[in-house]
Amino acid sequence: MNPVKFRETKIVLKNIHRPHSRRLKTYLKAGGYQALKKVLKGMNPQGVIKEVERSRLVGRGGAAFPTGLKWEFAREAKDIPKYVVCNADEGEPGTFKDKQILEKDPHLLLEGMAICGYAIGARQGNIYIRGEYFQAYRILKEAVKEAEEKGFLGKNILGEDFSFSISLYRGAGAYVCGEETALLDSLEGKKGQSRVKPPFPAFEGFQNKPTVLNNVETLANIPDIILKGAQWFLKIGSQKTPGTKIYCLSGDIQRPGYYELPTGIKLKRLLIDYGKGVKGELKAILPGGVSSSFLTRKDLSVALDWPSVAKRGSQLGSGAIIILNDTHCMVDIARRCAQFFAYESCGKCSPCREGTKRTRELLTNITLGRGELSDLELLCELQEVMYDTSRCGLGQAALNAVRSAILKFRDEFEEHIRERRCRFGICPLGKESS
Amino acid sequence: MINLTIDNQRLRVPEGTTIFEAARKVGIDIPHLCYHEELSIYGACRICVVEVEGMPRLEASCSTPVEEGMRVKTNTSRVRRARKMNIELLLANHPEDCIICNRSQVCELYKLAHDIGVRELKFEKGRKYHYEPDLSSPAIIRDPNKCILCSRCIRVCLEIQAVGVIDFVNRGGKTQVLTAFNKGLNNVECTTCGQCILTCPTGALRGQSAVDEVWEALSHPRKFTVVQPAPAIRGTIGEEFGMKPGSLVSKRLAAALRRLGFDKVFDINFGADLTATEEAHELLERITQKGTLPMFTSCCPAWIKYLEHFYPELIPHLSTCKSPQQMAGAVTKTYYAQKAGLNPRDIFVVSIMPCTAKKFELKRPEMRDSGFQDEDASLTTRELTRMLREVGIDLARIDEEEFDSPLGIYSGAGAIFGVTGGLTEAALRTAYEVATGKRLKNVEFKEVRGFKGIREAEIELNGTKVKVAIAHGLANASLLAEEVKKGNSPYHFIEIMACPGGCVGGGGQPLPTTREVREKRGLSLYREDKRLTLRRAHKNPAVIALYKEYLGKPLSKKAHHLLHTTYTRRSRY
Repeated sequence: MNPVKFRETKIVLKNIHRPHSRRLKTYLKAGGYQALKKVLKGMNPQGVIKEVERSRLVGRGGAAFPTGLKWEFAREAKDIPKYVVCNADEGEPGTFKDKQILEKDPHLLLEGMAICGYAIGARQGNIYIRGEYFQAYRILKEAVKEAEEKGFLGKNILGEDFSFSISLYRGAGAYVCGEETALLDSLEGKKGQSRVKPPFPAFEGFQNKPTVLNNVETLANIPDIILKGAQWFLKIGSQKTPGTKIYCLSGDIQRPGYYELPTGIKLKRLLIDYGKGVKGELKAILPGGVSSSFLTRKDLSVALDWPSVAKRGSQLGSGAIIILNDTHCMVDIARRCAQFFAYESCGKCSPCREGTKRTRELLTNITLGRGELSDLELLCELQEVMYDTSRCGLGQAALNAVRSAILKFRDEFEEHIRERRCRFGICPLGKESS
Repeated sequence: MINLTIDNQRLRVPEGTTIFEAARKVGIDIPHLCYHEELSIYGACRICVVEVEGMPRLEASCSTPVEEGMRVKTNTSRVRRARKMNIELLLANHPEDCIICNRSQVCELYKLAHDIGVRELKFEKGRKYHYEPDLSSPAIIRDPNKCILCSRCIRVCLEIQAVGVIDFVNRGGKTQVLTAFNKGLNNVECTTCGQCILTCPTGALRGQSAVDEVWEALSHPRKFTVVQPAPAIRGTIGEEFGMKPGSLVSKRLAAALRRLGFDKVFDINFGADLTATEEAHELLERITQKGTLPMFTSCCPAWIKYLEHFYPELIPHLSTCKSPQQMAGAVTKTYYAQKAGLNPRDIFVVSIMPCTAKKFELKRPEMRDSGFQDEDASLTTRELTRMLREVGIDLARIDEEEFDSPLGIYSGAGAIFGVTGGLTEAALRTAYEVATGKRLKNVEFKEVRGFKGIREAEIELNGTKVKVAIAHGLANASLLAEEVKKGNSPYHFIEIMACPGGCVGGGGQPLPTTREVREKRGLSLYREDKRLTLRRAHKNPAVIALYKEYLGKPLSKKAHHLLHTTYTRRSRY
């Protein structure tokens, strides 16, 4: 047993150290499905939602929207049937947290979904699993089967007047399908592209019916909130967004991995106490994957919760913390980020489709020594327009990393442009191929 | 009702109104590209963005419903910058060959870029894609290089026409609008109606041109050139010469065509009279001899192709009558050639059509009953405009002249073929008088007029109550076809025109063709009918003479040979 992990407060990863943690038997021994039982035997749907609202749980997928409010919208929506959809498309580069829950404690998710179904009046839940997560799909399939056999899913759960089934769907490898409305289109068998909002999915979601769309980690918090109460939850982590968060540490860090910790932990503590320090000299941090803005050494004191990171001009997102040391060229890193978004843009709206393409070109040109100083201003302006006008989160966030790299490491960009020099010897400046 | 302010103007609009629609009510036409008033909301060009107080980002006005107390600003510097940059981004991917582009003067992207004040290409170093244009169709050219991916063609094809042969393929910057498996428009169930051309904001879609071919025929020393404009042309082509939609230019058109050098200026209206006569007799025959009913009309080649692809089992329901274009062509190369002592081999017949599908129709193998290709070339209204402009013929100033005899004589029945319901009305006038032997007191069947998508009427013919239905737009047509397929269609006669509004809204018509414009054009054809003393197709002296001198009588063996046709079962792709 790892001594560091002991100190972690665990809600969503509390069971994963148990042998055969994925099995229903193990889950039941650890107190599994007690929350569902509590809900079905003695709480009305409003009561469940009140409890979730009181816990101030916010979405762990990145947008940090209040979960209770989302549920309330869907519960109040008049149309039926209603749906619970779990976003297990975990695609943000640097994120690998939902995978742990899916593969090691699938019943925790199923229980959370069933409780959500009861609260909003849904009889059907769908899990949209990232295409590459075949193992997770296989394990979930087994878990759903087990739960159905033992009456935790299906008709008249635990002998009560509540039926809830869960179906599994696999994605086909598109980053944009992690965006909730693109996910819904994909789930319906269409091409994964974002929808016009409003209407929001809580009112018109899967098959245009009221739908709660929650991230895996969000739903995995539900059983403990129900069982131990919102008051208990509020005591953990930071005040505005209490509870825990799984932080995924990757990049130039001594001990990369996933760490479930109370929200609001200082970045510095995460890097030193848990990550065991940066490999080399710390240069830049992406706190929310490639769709977030760069933080630097100056930001080490930031508390890792959504409002605090936002105050620093960045985004915590899904908690994919990527560490870069001083061997990296920021122009090259920015180009790679741009490359990713140009590849993953769905192509529907013009600012994102054309903007990501031009960004990739402009940055590639800079790495080839063909840039101009005005390109930097153009890129910053493009970021603002893409943020302002893109249809979905992909385009809105696509240039966060690029713009922050330009603002915080401008000297490196200028060096590439003015002197045609990459001090790291990474960019192929002057040479004709990239 | 919802109260809001737009640019500090207070207004009240019904719930569910979008910001875009609300702004129009106070005289602000928010710049836009992917929005189209007759299509579903797509919300992807991000040009129509506005600032809404309290929202973190700009909102697309086309897709955002108004809310109580909303404060909207449509012209802040933030809004203007965003619109401009999004246009600049589209231009970065767009060829800069505006001066030689087919759409030059009617391109929405061009106009928008100009209006918004784009004066430099900010992303000039951008690489453009070089895609192969789709030249497979005899009627429509798709040039993906000019496509801005607004989805208007996709939506019109699917939503208005229920055809859906094009959609987005690939992702991100590689997105293209393509047919299934990139087979090309000619190898999928494209009806060649050309509505996609009318909705395209750029030059990405255009008609195949017959202009060169026609000029060549005109200058050929041995060719005897005959031209026949369709009923709808005289109510639309004036727009291309600065006239208001709905201006009638029948006799100026005749003069202009003569100036181009055509040896004979005949009229498809004559062909329409002939079609109405044959078709009315066919209907009566099917009713009295218990033939296949309901009978679908067959004037519209896009509708024919649609039925052949989507409802091949309903082919027996199609009238076997050829369209006015093909009847006129066949008669010109036989009856007229004989009468005028011409070798049909030397006759070159050109139709002026509101339509792109006519280009497909005249090449059908079934259309060679004269022993030659019955109709040689078909020009759209837009192509004729180009020819006239090329040589400086101004339709607005030219003196009026008459059409030539005999195939230029027409009745008001033929004249209204160009508007939805017109064919039905023409056929009913004849059917009534033939069936009852009585003269109609009032030839106007008001109940079949109008622009509702599907209309129906009941007329008593000699004790039989004849139920007719009229649909325009293939999505509407498909609803009627489904009924026939299920066997519960209550009608005897169903008129279908593929294009909304009928031929006045055809895919070859001047741009812009909006709902309002279509209706004005349609009404002009009713004015033409009213102006004429001859209003019954079967009373057209040229038609009577044709039967007397050549065909015998309607539905005779010879008439069947020349004026009727067969159809081809076509598969889905």
